[in-house]
Amino acid sequence: MTLRFDLPEENLAGILAKAFRNRSFLAGFVITALVAAVALLSYVWTPDDVTKLVIADKTLGPSPANWFGTDHFGRDILSMIMVGARNSIAVALVAVGIGMGIGVPLGAFAAVRGGLIDEALMRLNDLVFAFPALLSAIMITAIFGPGAINAIIAIGIFNIPVFARVARAGALAIWPREFILAARAAGKGKMLITLEHVLPNIVTLLLVQGTIQFALGILAEAGLSYVGLGTQPPMPSWGRMLFDAQTRMVVAPWMAIFPGMAIVITVLGLNLLGDGIADILDPRSRRQR
Amino acid sequence: MTAYLLKRLAIAVATLVLASMVVFAVLEIIPGDPARLMLGMNASAEQVELLRNQMGLNTPLALRYLHWASGLLSLDFGRSYTYSVPVIDLVRERVVVSLPLALIALALSTLIAIPVGLFSAGRRGRAGDTIAMGAAQLGVAVPNFWFALMLIYLFAVWLRLVPSGGFPGWSVGVWPALKALVLPAIALALPQAAILARVTRSALIEVLNEDYIRTARAKGLPYRAVLWRHALRNAMIPVLTILGLQFAFLLAGTIIIENVFYLPGLGRLVFQAITQRDLIVVESVVMLLVAAVIIVNLLVDLSYAIVDPRLRSRQ
Repeated sequence: MTLRFDLPEENLAGILAKAFRNRSFLAGFVITALVAAVALLSYVWTPDDVTKLVIADKTLGPSPANWFGTDHFGRDILSMIMVGARNSIAVALVAVGIGMGIGVPLGAFAAVRGGLIDEALMRLNDLVFAFPALLSAIMITAIFGPGAINAIIAIGIFNIPVFARVARAGALAIWPREFILAARAAGKGKMLITLEHVLPNIVTLLLVQGTIQFALGILAEAGLSYVGLGTQPPMPSWGRMLFDAQTRMVVAPWMAIFPGMAIVITVLGLNLLGDGIADILDPRSRRQR
Repeated sequence: MTAYLLKRLAIAVATLVLASMVVFAVLEIIPGDPARLMLGMNASAEQVELLRNQMGLNTPLALRYLHWASGLLSLDFGRSYTYSVPVIDLVRERVVVSLPLALIALALSTLIAIPVGLFSAGRRGRAGDTIAMGAAQLGVAVPNFWFALMLIYLFAVWLRLVPSGGFPGWSVGVWPALKALVLPAIALALPQAAILARVTRSALIEVLNEDYIRTARAKGLPYRAVLWRHALRNAMIPVLTILGLQFAFLLAGTIIIENVFYLPGLGRLVFQAITQRDLIVVESVVMLLVAAVIIVNLLVDLSYAIVDPRLRSRQ
């Protein structure tokens, strides 16, 4: 027998209907879907080949042939942004995966055990929080050298305490509830209760935090690549494109404008999506609007 | 109250000690011998061994950690491998750029965010609120280094109002030096202000729903007085928390922004050190920034007690 009656009262159709009335969710969903579609499209088609260097076409302004202009190697900037999207999404997604995969079990465990173990885990959290993603990236690159993988690890490590905190706080709020008591009375163990009753009830919290960390991950990856610690050329990345643009601001401002706008739009879309989900699933935040 | 303060202090110290162990361990697992690195490829084994002894590399790990950690306490970080000068001298030169930059940016973002949050919370749901929060939503999404590039393009390349980068040093006068920090500070502050404004607004709205706010209104206090005297003060705790967390991001942001504007701060130092594999400098700067983050978060914890009298009376 499963006792899963604490999910929102509405059925899925009700939630979906609400979602489509929520402007923030709708805008965020459309933007995020578009960015994902562009990244997927880049696997089969880009306007131009990003590995083809045509120096004669270097730093051309936006034109019908190259909508966003070309860079200092004559590469089409639109094509590079499309391929760069893959990289940004992949790095941020894996970093969120690391954070969730390690952080959520830790947080849930801390909530179950309480006492000394809880305290120790939370202090460990404080420790990781003292190293902002960029600082841990600096240390990791100092040892292993720069690269996309190390950027993922650095951002992922920083995500762990974030998810641990959210999972712990969410789980602590669920544990005193009656349906948990019922499950315990039915003889279920703490592990099973965590898996079957606690986690399903904090999934929305984790989802909202996930979109926030996803957006932060994209910003962090761009920052790391911009200072040369992240994705290495020739793999196109938005941060690296901005680094290349910096010394050419006077002759080719489009080299900076368009990759930056790609970052802003992607992050904006994810943040709107996260706000929207929080709005739809949390009746409290809806009342406050 | 005292118990609360002591507990916070103990946590901060413990975090600092753990962090120093992590940083020290990181340097230990790095492949390559610092002595060999300093002497170059042509040094003989005896020379390397001699230097290893001089640098204390042959003593046990725990002793070396204690030696290093006690050095940190007296601001002795060791000597730079590449410059052969004490690391603290390098840091001292650079911190006079990074610290003012971070502080100006922090002040600027607070000065922008709190009034915007108050404005928005007071006009919840109306046009002014929608526009302000739309702008904040956009601001959160803007990477500060891209914003910096756009500022350079607008104000330095196009309008030629401020230098596009570099730092003349404080010795030429406060004004030229400050002028060089204006754009970097704005680039750092605005995206942070966007986050802070959102937090301030939602914290205020939360407080405005409380009964004591209704009571204050009911006894005839004007809305403005309620907002400033009763609501803002009660909304300060989440705002302070975010402010503390932001300081870490601000420091990290400073490292990147310094590279955009070619400012000779700690950020430039750490990146030069990475390319030169001057690990002791990397380690020292990271340790310094981590310490700054921990100390600021301790100060935030202490300021809760000032803002919230309930914390003071407890126990």
